[in-house]
Formats: sequence, structure tokens, C-alpha cells
Amino acid sequence: MKKKLFALMMTLVMVAGLTACGGGKEESPAPGNAEQPSAPSAEGAVFKLGTIGPLTGDAAIYGQAVANGAKIAVDEINASDSAVKFELQSEDDINDGETSINAYNNLMDWGMQVMVGPTTTGPSVAVAAQAGSDRTFMLTPSASSADVTAGKDNVFQVCFTDPNQGVSSADYMAENMADAKIAVIYRNDDSYSQGIRDTFVAEAGAKGLDVVYEGTFTNDTATDFSVQLTAAQAAGANTVFMPIYYQPASVILTQAAAMNYAPTFFGVDGMDGILTLEGFDTSLAEGLMLLTPFSATLEENKSFVEAYEAQFGVTPNQFAADAYDGVYIMKAALEAAGCTSDMSSTDICEALVPVMPTLTYSGLTGKDMTWSVNGEVSKAPTAFVIKDGLYVTP
Amino acid sequence: MKKLSIKQHTRTDFLTYLGVIIAFAVMSFLSSNGSLSRSLTGQLVPICCYMSMAVSLNLTVGILGELSLGHAGFMSVGAFSGVVAAMSLQTVIPSAPLRLAAAMVIGAAAAAIAGIIVGTPVLRLRGDYLAIVTLAFGEIIKDLINCLLVGYDANGLHVAFNLTGSKTVADLGMQEGGIAIIKGAQGATGTTIISSFTAGFLLVMVTLFVVLNLKHSRAGRAIMALRDNAIAAESVGINLTKYKMMAFVTSAALAGAAGALYGLNFSSLQATKFNFNTSILILVFVVLGGLGNLWGSLIAAAALTVLPELLRAFSDYRMLVYAIVLILVMLATNNPTLKTFFSRFKPRKHVRKEAV
Amino acid sequence: MEFLSYLISGISLGSVYAIIALGYTMVYGIAKMLNFAHGDVIMVGGYISFCAVSYLGLPGWLALILAMAVCTVLGIVIEGLAYKPLRSAPSLAVLITAIGVSYFLQNTALLIWKAAPKVYPSLIPATNAQGEVNALQLFHGQLSISYISLLTMASCVVIMIALTLFTGKTKMGKAMRACSEDKGAAQLMGINVNATISTTFAIGSALAAVAGVLLCSSYPTLQPTTGSMPGIKAFTAAVFGGIGSIPGAFLGGLLLGIIEALAKAYISTNLANTIVFAVLIIVLLVKPAGLLGKYVPEKV
Repeated sequence: MKKKLFALMMTLVMVAGLTACGGGKEESPAPGNAEQPSAPSAEGAVFKLGTIGPLTGDAAIYGQAVANGAKIAVDEINASDSAVKFELQSEDDINDGETSINAYNNLMDWGMQVMVGPTTTGPSVAVAAQAGSDRTFMLTPSASSADVTAGKDNVFQVCFTDPNQGVSSADYMAENMADAKIAVIYRNDDSYSQGIRDTFVAEAGAKGLDVVYEGTFTNDTATDFSVQLTAAQAAGANTVFMPIYYQPASVILTQAAAMNYAPTFFGVDGMDGILTLEGFDTSLAEGLMLLTPFSATLEENKSFVEAYEAQFGVTPNQFAADAYDGVYIMKAALEAAGCTSDMSSTDICEALVPVMPTLTYSGLTGKDMTWSVNGEVSKAPTAFVIKDGLYVTP
Repeated sequence: MKKLSIKQHTRTDFLTYLGVIIAFAVMSFLSSNGSLSRSLTGQLVPICCYMSMAVSLNLTVGILGELSLGHAGFMSVGAFSGVVAAMSLQTVIPSAPLRLAAAMVIGAAAAAIAGIIVGTPVLRLRGDYLAIVTLAFGEIIKDLINCLLVGYDANGLHVAFNLTGSKTVADLGMQEGGIAIIKGAQGATGTTIISSFTAGFLLVMVTLFVVLNLKHSRAGRAIMALRDNAIAAESVGINLTKYKMMAFVTSAALAGAAGALYGLNFSSLQATKFNFNTSILILVFVVLGGLGNLWGSLIAAAALTVLPELLRAFSDYRMLVYAIVLILVMLATNNPTLKTFFSRFKPRKHVRKEAV
Repeated sequence: MEFLSYLISGISLGSVYAIIALGYTMVYGIAKMLNFAHGDVIMVGGYISFCAVSYLGLPGWLALILAMAVCTVLGIVIEGLAYKPLRSAPSLAVLITAIGVSYFLQNTALLIWKAAPKVYPSLIPATNAQGEVNALQLFHGQLSISYISLLTMASCVVIMIALTLFTGKTKMGKAMRACSEDKGAAQLMGINVNATISTTFAIGSALAAVAGVLLCSSYPTLQPTTGSMPGIKAFTAAVFGGIGSIPGAFLGGLLLGIIEALAKAYISTNLANTIVFAVLIIVLLVKPAGLLGKYVPEKV
């Protein structure tokens, strides 16, 4: 009897849990393949577009942003009178290479013709190798390592490469804050963070910048930064370079404030999003400098930001913007190559590869973006400084 | 009675081998036929790796009776040493299958050495203390590989350890044309993929062969005697350290071979992949399949690797459903009512055993 | 002076580990199970109090009480649904179920609160309205200890003493100790073993809620995986001090925090975790049952 009661309770809990979650879902639909409102109307050429990213787990914020950003772009395109239309499917990869390959294979089973993904660097390198040998056209919105595009002619990036960001940051500092004593705090188990740090330190050395302290953390030690900050302060650093994402950066800023340590903090594109972090005291970010291609507070991005906020209830970060641009770049490329939706993924790939380097595109994350033959984007990062909770150009 | 039990286990072993061979034949046929979905085809090699991991962990947990929470650490050692071996032997051994075999042997050897280093202190402890130390070693291995820089050029291998966080691949001092194989947190990228399903099948067969033979050998009986009652076993002259180490190191070496196969199946691999969660995942295979039950481990590993992919239809609820399935399965398999129900279908011998 | 401030960072972090470890050790001592879902109960506690402060506008202390209440109920429900049916099952089965519960809680939190990290409104913000630092200034401001660190350390000591008194003096506490020694005998003596275990889970989960609020107040960020790493660290701390021992968990947590901070400061930030775990291994080799654990030789 007890067992039956228990089984009944378990079922009830599950049902209740699922309906409760379902209730929440109506207000802010999350990405996924269960819902297909992005399916276009019959007219025009409909291409099957796939995105991959971590929709669950530690890095879910980035994958969800990519899926959401892509969805907004696809909905816009499908509602317009464009000749190219998309059917979108987003798959989860939990920020893991193996799962990402599985997600990619799943999308191929579904009949994906072009891909805007994956989101994070490690999985992207794994998927890029597969897409390279399958001849599937891949445009990653946000995987920034040079390894993603290396050796594959059909893999392109929307975001800056890590070397590009590290060099730009060091160059900016050398020009504008030459007497800075720099401390670097970066995440040692993250390829994005380590990649930028490596090129930054190399370029800083070449430009004669003074790096006085380097501290690291890992995902496992990302709770407390007071030791690194104390050491940076003791080393006399007046500038702290943080090639990391905004979430640990918010903790660093809070802890620095608690220590009365107020150097100039300098971030890269991962820092974007710190102002819209729920519950964050933006006064702590006063004076924070960052090089980023996208800002949610700029006037020209307003319509995208508003549409995103209306649909998902949060402010978009650069990942969402990269994915949004990625879909439009894909549309432009498909139009330029004259692809039709009955072409196979390999045929589309062969048609798009020669077209990409001839393309010029202006979007949320940069003006007049162009691509090199090896897949890297060329666009200028803009330096911003945060004043009164807003990005302003210094 | 004794004769019967020998016959019993020979039959089970035979059926296990046969099952693996049939499964391989069916899968190869289907995939050459093109009737297998890409998604499943892509998972064949990882499934083989996980099967082999599960069987090898079952040797530690089920047969030796010691809880290990750091098995992924050995997989990691095997994976990265295998990748380094395969990448640096490219000119020496041009044939991919041979190079894969060499990489797996090197991976197994490296993991065995790690097993000896870890096992020496660990096996002196007992129960949950042993478990936490294996967890600690798993985390240590992960951190160390995160700081590792390995490159290869005409002069051979270059290895650097990034202790302070300020070294990069440039510090390896490689000649032009050298390739960076492991780049710290960026891990091993640009690996040439040489793993194949056939190699995976052979790995599973070898793993099964090693573990089953060990289990039924004199050494295996000694190991199981230690598990059941260490004091009694020692009192009849069984060398505790020797047999424990034998089981533990064998288990580590097999995990290393599986790791090498896994590492060479993806062009990008980071040390963080082999974290605590992966160790736990493999432990789940073992517990779900049944302690000491090798074919159970095989089936559980295959089923639980495919399950999250099958659950993609649930989209956002995927991992939630996975968690619920996991809990319900554990509850169901340990439910006394269900147990009695299933035991009706088993030969009588088992029933009697349970009664004792 | 830097040494002192490193030490204080360590003690502050260690106090959080210690509070979590106290919950771990309570549950382990009585139920003899490694409750891997404990870290995720911390995360739930953090989210509940976050919602209470940010959405309902409740004061911090009321949010703490609310979080404790919710987590207590959650602990009892988890125990009743997932662990109680496995009372007679092998301990590994319970371990795997606990991991299932941990995944369940993380993914439910992901669906309810979404992936975007939230900045936790600290019980005592880093700076006050005038922009002054909320910290105790010593040696003419060379050494500053934030009030939240002081609060964390104080709570940790209070909880440790309270638990020691509770298990030593009260009837329920004695019942708990009896259950931990021998469940069968305890039952024969008229102790309701099931109720005792449920109470233990309730206390452990309430402690997890306190830990969640203090953890997020000191390191103000919150996402569905917030609890997992502190959970594992606290588990390590509990074993370090001798699992099942209340003063041991306290000592283990503090030492773990201090070692982590000093390793970061003087050896390598890359290898902070490695050093923590290496010290753990060495300690266990010298004292196989942890610092304050009782080594019970196996009887034949």
C-alpha cells in the first residue's frame, strides 16, 4: 500500500512540476525544438538552420542567448518579404564536445542545411572538424579561438578571435594608459580567457607595458577573489585586466569595493552584460573600461534589444547579438550565392565558401564586417567606459 | 555444486562475449547499410569507451569492493597521453589503425603508472575515506593537465608546466613547423581523428577478456575474498596490498586505453571534460548495471549514453527528465516488491542465496 | 599585513565551508549516506532568499527564515520520497539517487530561475549608502575585515556550539547519536528511527539554507550550479575533520578555507585546489579517519 501511495505521490510531483514549469514557460519561452513558432509560411525558399549551444548546465546563459538571438532574427526574416526564409532548430550541448557532436549529428538527421553555431570554443573546435569533413557550412556566432577556423575553409566566425582581442586591448592600453601597472586576473581552465590572456601578455611585452601580477582562478575556485585582489594591490597594480565573463567579474568588482581597492578595471567582450546583471549595483562598475563590439544601451541597437526583452524578459548580451547577426549574415550569403532550399548541405557549403570573403555586412556587432579566406572576421572593437550606468566612448 | 557454478559463470561469460559480438555485427551492418541515424553512428565510439570505462570501474567497485570517485582521472591521463602519442608518432607510424593501437597502449601504460601512484596511498584507506581520496586525485589530475603544455617538433617532445599561470605555448621553444598538442586550458585541439568503431569493439572485448579472466583466476578469487572479509582473507595468507593494487591498476590501465580511444575521437578535448561529474556518470553505469555484473555495466553504459540523446524531444526538460528517470530506476530496482517479482524468473539457486 | 588579510579571507571562506560541512556531517553521521544533493539545497536556499528580498521586498533576516523554512520542507520531502524507500538498499544505490536528486534540483532551478546569473543582495552590502566600506578597519585601515565576513565567522561558531549542545544534551540529539551507533538497537529501545532521520535531514537542510544565504552574501553571485562546487569542498572538509564529527567538520572547513587562500597567495593560483586536495590526502594517510574522527578498528 505504501509503495502504491509513494508511486502515486511521485507521479503527482512530476505532473505538478511539469505543469508548473509549463506555466512559467508561457511568459518567457525558452529556446528549444518543442515549439516551432519559427516555422515560416510556405512562400519563398525555406532553409533548415541549426544552432547549437549549452541550454543547460554551467554555461547555459550563453547557449540560451544564442538560441534566443537566432530565433528573433529568424522570426523577423520569416515575417518579412525576404526570398530566403529559415526553419530554426536549437540543440543543447551542455558545453561539452561529445554532446556537441551529438547535437550536430541530430541536426544533420533533421536535415540541417546551414549552421549558426556552436556557441562555446571547445565544442566548436570539435564540431568544426566534423563539419569540415562533412562539408557543412558553419558560422559560429561566438566561439572566438583561432583553433575553430584553423585548417577549415568552410568555418567562419561572427565574433572577434581571441588573439585579436588580446592584441587590441594591449594596444589600447599602450596608447592611452602607457604608465599603467597592470594586474591580469584570468580563468585558467577556460580556453577563451586563457587565449586572450596569452596574446595580451605577449603584446603587452612587445609594447613595453608593465604587467606586475598575474592571478588565475578556475571554475572550482571562482567563489573568492580576495586573495588575488590583495596580491594585485600589494604588487601596486593600478589597472586590472580581466579577460573573463561578466559573472565572475561582478564578484571581483564587489570584493574590490569591499577592500577599498579602486584600480581601473579593463575588460573585453565577455564583460558586456555586467550592467544588466540582475541585482548588480551598477555603481560598482563605474569607470570600468571594456572593448566590445556590442552594447545593449546604444541607440542603434534599440529595436533588437526591445524585441528581445519583450520576448524573453531579459536584456540581450553580445552572444544574442552575435547569433542575430549570424542569421542575417547567413541570409545575405545565401542570397549572394543564389542558393535554393532544395540544395543539399554540401552543395550549399560549396556555394557559400567562395561568397563569404566577398561579403560586407553591417549589423549589431560591427560595421562593414568582412571575412578572410580562413574564416576570421575583421571588424573594429570599440572601447567603452561605464559612466552612470551607461556605456560612453572615452 | 561447485561444478555447476563454474558452468554457470562460463555460460554467462560466453553469452556476454556473444552479445557484444552480435551487437557489433548488427551495428556495423546497419551503419554500412546507411539505415542508422547519424546521431547514433556518431555515438558508437563514445559508447564503446563508456562501456569499457564501466567494466573497468566495475572491477574496482564491484569486484574489489572499493568506491572510486575519480575514475575519469585515469581516463583523462589515458586520453591526453594517447593524443600526445598519436600526434607525435604521425611520421613514425603512418598507418592510422596501428597508430591508434600504439596510442591506446601508451594511454593504458600512462594510466597504469597514475594508478600505481594513486593506489599506493589510497588503498591503505577504507570506505568513504578512500572514496574522497580518489575524488581528490581526480580533481588533482584535472588541475595538473590544465597547466600542461606539450608540443612536438623535429627535436621531439617539448613539455612545460604552467605553474604560475604565465607560460604559454611560445615558452616551449619549439622550432618552426612544430605543433602544439596540449595547450593548457585550451586542451588538445586539432587532433587528427583516428578512432573507429572497430577499435571500440576490440577495446570492449579486450576489457571484458581481461576483467573476466582476472575475476575467475586465483587472483580474482583472492580479490573477492578481500572484498567480502579482508581480515579473514588476510588470515589465510592473502596479500592484501598486492591483490588490491593488482585490481586497481588493471582498472586504471583499462580506463586509460578507453580514454585514448575517446581522446582520438574528437578534434578538441579539454581537461575539464574529465571532472567529478564524469566520474559519477561512470559510477552510475556500474551501480545501475549491478555491482560485479559486467554485462549489466555494458547495457547500462549504452542505455544511459543514448538516453539524453533520445530525450532531445523534451528540449528544455531533457536533463530534468533524465534526473527523474535516474531516481525512478534506482527506486524501482531496489524496491523489495519488484525484486521478489523478478526473482521468480531467475533460477532457484539465486533465491536460495538471497534467503541466506 | 598581507598575510593577515590572506588569513582572514581564508577563515571567511572556511567558515562558509564549515557551515555546509556541518550539515553534511550531521546527515552522514546518522543516515550513513553521502548526500550529494546537499550543495543544491544550498542553491535553492540562495534563490528563495534572493526572491524574498528582490521580489517581495522582505528584509534580509526574514528572507533567511523563509529560506530555512522552505529548505527544511524540501529536505524532508527529498528524504521521504527519494531516500526513505532505499533504507535497506545498498549504500551505493542511495548515493546514485542522491546524485539524481542533485541533477533534478539543478535543472528545476534552471527552468524556474533561468540560466542568467543573479547578483545576490548581500545581508550586509560591501559599502553603505555613504559609499563607505562596511568593514572593520584595523591598524589604521591597513587591514579590513568586512562585516559580512565577521557575521559568517560568528554564525559558524554559534551553529557549531548549538549543534554540539543539541546532539549532546537533548532527547532528540541522544536519539540521533543512538541511531548513528546502531539503528537496530535504537529501534529496540523505542526510538523512532525514521522520524529521527527525517529530523536530521530537516536540520541539515535548514543549515544548508543558512549556508546558502551566507555564501551568496560573501560571494554575491547566484546561478543553478552555484551549490555544486562548495558542496564538494564541504564534503572534503567534512572528511578532512573526520566525517560524523561536529567539531571535526568545523575544524575541517576552516582549515580547508585557510589552506586554499594561502596556497593561492603564496604558491600558485592555478593549483589552489590541487594543494587543498593534496593536504587532504596527506592528512588522511596519517590519520585515516580524519583529524577528529574516531578510528574504529574492524572487529572479527
